[in-house]
Amino acid sequence: MWEMAKQRDSYGKTLAQLGRERDDIVALGADLCGSCKLNDFGKEFPERFFNCGIAEQNLMGISAGLAASGKTVFSSTFAVFATGRAYDQIRQSIAYPNLNVKIVATHAGITVGGDGASHQMLEDIALMRVLPNVDVVAPADYYETGKATIAVSEADGPFYVRLGRSNVPIITEEDDPFEIGVATTLKEGNDVTLIGTGIMVSRCLKAAKILEKQHDIDARVINMSTIKPLDEKTIVKAAKETGGVVTAEEHVVSQGMGSGISQVLSESYHVPMKRVGIPNVFGESGGSEELMDKYGLTTEDIVESTHDVISRR
Amino acid sequence: MPALDENRKRELEEIARRIRIHIVKSTHAAGSGHPGGSLSATDIITALYFEVMNHNPEDKKWGLRDRFVLSKGHAAPALYGALAESGYFPVDELMTLRKLGSRLQGHPDMRKTPGIDVSTGSLGQGVSIACGMALAAKLDRRAYRVFAVCGDGEMQSGQIWEGAMFAAHQKLNHLTVFVDRNNLQIDGATEDVISIEPLVSKWQSFGWHVQEINGHDMEEIVHSIHEAEEVHGRPSVIIAHTTKGKGVPFMEGSLAFHGKAADDEQLKIALEALGGDL
Repeated sequence: MWEMAKQRDSYGKTLAQLGRERDDIVALGADLCGSCKLNDFGKEFPERFFNCGIAEQNLMGISAGLAASGKTVFSSTFAVFATGRAYDQIRQSIAYPNLNVKIVATHAGITVGGDGASHQMLEDIALMRVLPNVDVVAPADYYETGKATIAVSEADGPFYVRLGRSNVPIITEEDDPFEIGVATTLKEGNDVTLIGTGIMVSRCLKAAKILEKQHDIDARVINMSTIKPLDEKTIVKAAKETGGVVTAEEHVVSQGMGSGISQVLSESYHVPMKRVGIPNVFGESGGSEELMDKYGLTTEDIVESTHDVISRR
Repeated sequence: MPALDENRKRELEEIARRIRIHIVKSTHAAGSGHPGGSLSATDIITALYFEVMNHNPEDKKWGLRDRFVLSKGHAAPALYGALAESGYFPVDELMTLRKLGSRLQGHPDMRKTPGIDVSTGSLGQGVSIACGMALAAKLDRRAYRVFAVCGDGEMQSGQIWEGAMFAAHQKLNHLTVFVDRNNLQIDGATEDVISIEPLVSKWQSFGWHVQEINGHDMEEIVHSIHEAEEVHGRPSVIIAHTTKGKGVPFMEGSLAFHGKAADDEQLKIALEALGGDL
């Protein structure tokens, strides 16, 4: 029903476009430049493109030095290496001095598939959202990725942008507005709210259809493409108007987007809640869809969680 | 011809003496800090800020200024002394070091302290940052130089060598790194903790131009920086043999004063050794 496309293709295309428009944009990778789709930019602007090799700590340090010298820096590698391997470098050299580095990580989440747990980054939202000065964006699809790339290039300061490896459904329109920190309501509804991020937004939409057709439940669906800062206004309004919230993310439930939303609601407006996500475990090798099934990230998991939330009101 | 005439050499030595006094007094006032490694790096930092580097305290963000990265961020008191003596902020402010609300944090903070080019503190990261700055200079076709001062203990960090490899690959000839080779780190002698020797051949094998100098001889320091400037197509490292705690006899070669300030009595002795308070 939906067309499919890779978020990272949109990133690569948009980054090259930004390169044409702005001289201050530089791009850095760490031997995964092809996978991260940096090569269009690299071919067109070789003097502004640096492959740091398999040295992610150095990648972040060099990014910091370039940003401290006035460059707008896009640094990309797989999410697991970008956040885990180089965490201290991000904290000390980028976040603390509040430097203009955009860490755009690809291959986040369990849909990395066959590479297994070592390459499936399920904790990156947690790691990045806790860092002062760093904002976190997780686009839902191809078009949003391009808009997010432009938006973070225009905003000052460090960002973490989370992209996946696989094809994901295109659920937004090319000319839909996009703003950092603003959640978009993709479907109105007053019985319950489903809040998704990244690849899980399309599953929330599917779940809403099932809930409507089979259970006569009118669910609101929100795309939380900015995980930090959270759009608290939209979250609280939805909680007040629908009386229950289900969150969905391709990430461990501990300290992900759902945790952030539960923190907002626990301080502002209490409603029954359920977080759909991966329990606090490591992944394993398998097909993307098989893994989504096994680790509780299906449309059916969202539907079941919705019933649970409604039953607790 | 010597890099410095006798008069200029004496002037620089006098500035270094003043900075050493600031280090001892400011860490004493703070009740904590790292005097040992600050004193070992003082002459290098003095030569950079007062003889070599293009910078302007009246125009702190001047785009063509030479950049400085204190990779061994715990030597901040030495850098603060040099910045205050240069006029970036009042000398009196040095006594607020490490205190609540001070612009002078325990480790350099580019957002708080005038004149600091980049925040540092977590060891091993400065060479990478300096590489980024040198790359930016190349991109912008600006001729400014980038200097970094590393501790010798930092040579144990893998990231230093990631940066070393990168800088050589990118032929960053505007980059000059000092290794403050005072032989001590917090747990003991570098060669007992994890030996970093042979340091010269390590850097050489990474493609750097290497010099070894006495890091307390102003003439040698300045000469080595000039020599580094003449090197084409590769970055330079200057291994500066120094004494931890240099200038304060009871701190010299002392592990205890790596991360401990002088007490009241020790301050008096230290100031006397440094030729009296300012």
